[in-house]
Amino acid sequence: MEFFIQQLTNGLAVGGIYALIALGYTMVYGVLKLINFAHGDLFTLGAYLGFTSLVSLGLADQLGVGAALALCVLLVMGLSALAGHVLERAAYRPLRKSGRLSAVVSALGASIFIQNAIMLLWGARDRAYPADLLPPMTVSIAGQPVPLIRLVVFAVSLLVMVGLYVFINRTRMGMAIRAAAIDQGAAKLMGIDVRRVVAVVFMIGPALGGLAGIMVGLSYGQINFTMGQLYGLKAFTAAILGGIGNIPGAMLGGLLLGLVEAFGAAYVSVAWKDALAFFVLILILVVRPTGLLPERVAEKL
Amino acid sequence: MLELIDLKVSYGPVEALHGLNLTVAEGELVTILGSNGAGKTTTLMAVSGLVPVRSGEIRFEGRRLDTLRSHQVVALGVTQAPEGRRIFGPLTVSENLALGAFSRRDRPAAAKRLRWVYDLFPRLFERQDQMAGTLSGGEQQMLAIGRALMSEPRLLLLDEPSLGLAPLLVRSIFQTIRAINQAGVTIVLVEQNARAALKLADRGYVLEVGRLVMAGPAADLLHDPRIQTAYLGGGPPAG
Repeated sequence: MEFFIQQLTNGLAVGGIYALIALGYTMVYGVLKLINFAHGDLFTLGAYLGFTSLVSLGLADQLGVGAALALCVLLVMGLSALAGHVLERAAYRPLRKSGRLSAVVSALGASIFIQNAIMLLWGARDRAYPADLLPPMTVSIAGQPVPLIRLVVFAVSLLVMVGLYVFINRTRMGMAIRAAAIDQGAAKLMGIDVRRVVAVVFMIGPALGGLAGIMVGLSYGQINFTMGQLYGLKAFTAAILGGIGNIPGAMLGGLLLGLVEAFGAAYVSVAWKDALAFFVLILILVVRPTGLLPERVAEKL
Repeated sequence: MLELIDLKVSYGPVEALHGLNLTVAEGELVTILGSNGAGKTTTLMAVSGLVPVRSGEIRFEGRRLDTLRSHQVVALGVTQAPEGRRIFGPLTVSENLALGAFSRRDRPAAAKRLRWVYDLFPRLFERQDQMAGTLSGGEQQMLAIGRALMSEPRLLLLDEPSLGLAPLLVRSIFQTIRAINQAGVTIVLVEQNARAALKLADRGYVLEVGRLVMAGPAADLLHDPRIQTAYLGGGPPAG
């Protein structure tokens, strides 16, 4: 039982992070049918921007922990959104009329570029988030002490997901995003500026990814310029698992993948943690390639 | 109201329209006829800004449309109900109609517009919470037209509204098109169903492989022997 509670909370926290990153993949795919392979590296960028604002700028000393974290989150989400926007303008928009493969190659190039830029800017060594920033508090669940940060990470990702869901379903821009995801040409005929929709999607995704980056830094303390590869690939798996292009699917896929990993590591072997995640990817591609919640297709011609 | 001047459109190296001249006056119902590949859909897509114009001009009330992007064309009051309907299948009927009004931020006006659309198409009112992709073909066509009307167009472009519909439904859709025109909306109707379109329209244009081959009042075209042979299935009398 002790083990179970630990792994459950751990899985939900990791899953929440996967889900946040997966949303970026799935939203871009939904509108452009493009896998933004540089998305994982924007997540890394977020983690490093968070590191800089907390450590180098020393926000916590000047403002207190709460205000510093809030400001850090806002700053990082804003800058990540900006980075996503620049990425779209530089790497994808010029290729909008070229074949799909050109955009994929451009995405891979952008990924390598961002990763190396981070290495040059912040160095190749691991960087550490301040360990004393958050007091090592625990909460008791079923008699088990669970680190508070896990619950915070899970709660924050859940909150953001609900917010995104409301945004997509209740706002004008959200409607435009949904319409463009279903049929870009028809969306244009409705008077929707699809170019703007694409720009917005390329800002929301990285903003959420940047937030995930901070949460990884706060949870595990260490960040590395290559960490976006593994997290990106896992989140991509989560997006596929839930059904790529589907927003609730990305949320579900992220949480499920986090739980599979946590319980797999606990009850099978820690060494098999990553292998299990990718086994899930292979399994879903073989058995149900549309994912658990496929894009709703109800076209009748 | 709408003026196409020596309009040329090409897809890659293939020219689809070789210099088309066409005008539509305010309040008119003009039909564009022609067989597959004649350039009818291309013409409407060029007006809506979905295919780039290679040379020539498109003017709407004196303003150049060919330099604008598609959402700006809609904002000026030119809306298209495209071929194949292109409704948003996974969304409900009312969500589709709400998207139609995307370019109009005035909510009371949109609500009024919605009542008008539901009056024109009572079936849509009955099915407003149904997923659009599950509607019948005729209902989907009603939705495509209703959705286009939600943007308060002054010029409505209809591309093959009768495609794939049973004759009875075609008649009902065409009656509604007439009603929309009589309500003051100028209409360009692209059709393969030449007879029905000419009976409805004021004037007609006939395209063949990207060129204008005939134009005139609809009644004249309807009785023109060349049109009858080519598009109305009435060959020369046997014997």
